[in-house]
Amino acid sequence: MLKIENLQAGIEGKQILKGINLDIKPGEVHAIMGPNGSGKSTLASVLAGRENYEVTGGSVTFDGKDLLELAPEERAGEGLFLAFQYPVEIPGLSTTNFIKTAVNEVRKYRGQEALDAVGFLKYMKEKMAMMNMDQSLLSRPLNEGFSGGEKKRNEIFQMAMLEPKLSILDETDSGLDIDAIRIVSNGVNKLRGKNNSVLVITHYQRLLDYIVPDFVHVLYKGRIVKSGTKELALELEERGYDFIKNEVNVGEEA
Amino acid sequence: MKTEIYQPEREEKREDLDILEQTVLNEYKYGFVTDIEADEAPKGLSEDIVRFISSKKNEPEWMLEWRLKAYRQWLKMTEPNWANVKYPAINYQDIIYYSAPKQKINPKSLDEIDPELRRTFEKLGISLDEQKRLSGVAVDAVIDSVSIATTFKDQLAELGIIFCSMSEAIQEHPELIRQYLGSVVPATDNYFSALNSAVFSDGSFCFIPKGVRCPMELSTYFRINAENTGQFERTLIVAEDNSYVSYLEGCTAPMRDENQLHAAVVEIVALDHAEVKYSTVQNWYPGDKEGKGGIYNFVTKRGICKGVHSKISWTQVETGSAVTWKYPSVILKGDHSIGEFYSVAVTNNLQQADTGTKMMHIGKNTRSRIVSKGISAGRSQNSYRGLVQVGKNAEKARNFSQCDSLLLGDKCGAHTFPYIEVKNNSAVVEHEATTSKIGEDQIFYCNQRGIDTETAVALIINGFAKEVMNQLPMEFAVEAQKLLAISLEGSVG
Ligand SMILES: Nc1ncnc2c1ncn2[C@@H]1O[C@H](COP(=O)(O)OP(=O)(O)OP(=O)(O)O)[C@@H](O)[C@H]1O
Ligand SMILES: [Mg+2]
Repeated sequence: MLKIENLQAGIEGKQILKGINLDIKPGEVHAIMGPNGSGKSTLASVLAGRENYEVTGGSVTFDGKDLLELAPEERAGEGLFLAFQYPVEIPGLSTTNFIKTAVNEVRKYRGQEALDAVGFLKYMKEKMAMMNMDQSLLSRPLNEGFSGGEKKRNEIFQMAMLEPKLSILDETDSGLDIDAIRIVSNGVNKLRGKNNSVLVITHYQRLLDYIVPDFVHVLYKGRIVKSGTKELALELEERGYDFIKNEVNVGEEA
Repeated sequence: MKTEIYQPEREEKREDLDILEQTVLNEYKYGFVTDIEADEAPKGLSEDIVRFISSKKNEPEWMLEWRLKAYRQWLKMTEPNWANVKYPAINYQDIIYYSAPKQKINPKSLDEIDPELRRTFEKLGISLDEQKRLSGVAVDAVIDSVSIATTFKDQLAELGIIFCSMSEAIQEHPELIRQYLGSVVPATDNYFSALNSAVFSDGSFCFIPKGVRCPMELSTYFRINAENTGQFERTLIVAEDNSYVSYLEGCTAPMRDENQLHAAVVEIVALDHAEVKYSTVQNWYPGDKEGKGGIYNFVTKRGICKGVHSKISWTQVETGSAVTWKYPSVILKGDHSIGEFYSVAVTNNLQQADTGTKMMHIGKNTRSRIVSKGISAGRSQNSYRGLVQVGKNAEKARNFSQCDSLLLGDKCGAHTFPYIEVKNNSAVVEHEATTSKIGEDQIFYCNQRGIDTETAVALIINGFAKEVMNQLPMEFAVEAQKLLAISLEGSVG
């Protein structure tokens, strides 16, 4: 599904990703953990095609296509979804209208017919039930005045609406209360399938109790320095990042 | 000072409009020219030209005198230069002041309209065929200096509503015209109103009698067609006690390299408990990317809330014109009267707009609300200029002003000039202003959801302008949203 090879990227001349390798197969869930500033969001941004990040080396293929060649909206059309760590507000633009535009643009890209108002509403109602989503949020302007948790809920709802092949969740759990974590995780799990993959970026092992990953990777200073299974997350929870930092720093000195 | 914000009640909550599905237009699509023979005055302005126009229209002596008086005043006046706009000096002797398509004068029925003119309006999306029109909108179609047709006149007449061209009103309803014409905007009010009063050609007259709620939207569509001509329309709306009318105005012009002058005057009179809603979608040709050509739009619009509890509401979506100079205003004379001004002004490329409003509180408990949304792109300049005046007897007057500017790119300018004059201590006047830029992160967020940049910009600006767009009658709102998107095409990305 997603194959990242020796990916190097940076911003404003500053190198942040220093050779990332990652292979996500259909149906797999991968988790990325790592200390603040290690480059997790940068990786997500580069994959989604944010303009101001510069790719200086390596390659990314998504479903056989050269991902880095595609415009951000084409990547979305191909089925890549990013739930943002900090979703933006667009004053005055109703969330429903925004999502409807997104759904129909993506459908257009996929060669499907646009949904009319009635069809869209029906589709949205289904997803609302599935995701436990409240109508009142959807009629408000996009993310304007939403609480932190509401913004994250809205991200996952959009994910459900767009039915992506690969979802990248950038710290979707931070800011969520315990019940919301459960609801959001349930939603993600419902969307999991043998053809849908998920890349979860998180600081907390707690989320991984709900969204159980097949692999856990630790990103540190722009590199994946350790990979393992779910147990690695538990070990990190217990011991913190220090033991990994030490390993890496020792390695660097050698 | 106690903070009280006047919030007008929403009539209905409406569903989101779907604009983007159809929007794929690249250029000013109304730029065509209709090839029709015209009856024109020679170029230039003089007393003889004023007489020429008046006699073309078979006007009574008092009307000619009124025009001549205005003309003589105009000669003594100088063009205003305080607005934040720049344009080369206008040669008033190089303009044609009267141009009328040669067609059967005063067609008796709508069937007799010249087919070429009928097609012109069809192309503009205005059907003069009453059967074909969606019910609910009556149209007065004005091309250059004359009105060529007014629809639904008979149905409206049954309710006592007069809706006709100004020329016809001068003939048929001289007592009303003499009573009200120039009563809100005197000929001498300013340079352009004096010019208009001298040479105005056509426009619409609406009269809503006591107690009548006009059952359909009334609208005038103004079209400039002929070359080198100016358009000087004149509109007068009178709403008697307890009446209501919603009036719409639309306008377009061909693409030409020369600048053309449009100097209109609109007057509104609202008596006790009357309400008038006046909406404009201004889409005159803005000139090309290098600033060549386009309409100079110098317009005086003013309403008077003469009666108690009356209300006048201006809504404007200004996307066209090379230079705009326009301040729809309300004189709040009647106690408890309400004035509103909702504006979206978009400037792109080298367009310049200096627009805003004046709210003059005279009566007690008068309220006004100003919502101005300026969107600037390209190398354009967009200024809001507003005056809130509270007279010494305007006990408990209240005003709330909100002026927001949105910038696309960094070569354009947004300016706000609020003037406040308060002579009564019980007044509450509030002004809020914001300036923002369309953020790269907002666009990326949309991109990530599959929405391309052009569409993203359209969504963002429609969100920004929403409060104003919501004021427009439904029929206009969809058009206006598309127009916003089109006017800004190519300005980002
Ligand atoms: N626009 C920018 N200009 C300069 N440096 C940047 C920019 N964006 C990110 N960085 C830097 O890149 C590094 C990686 O940032 P990134 O946001 O990817 O970290 P992260 O792993 O997501 O951290 P967190 O866990 O705090 O979310 C940080 O040092 C950050 O300061
Ligand atoms: Mg991050």
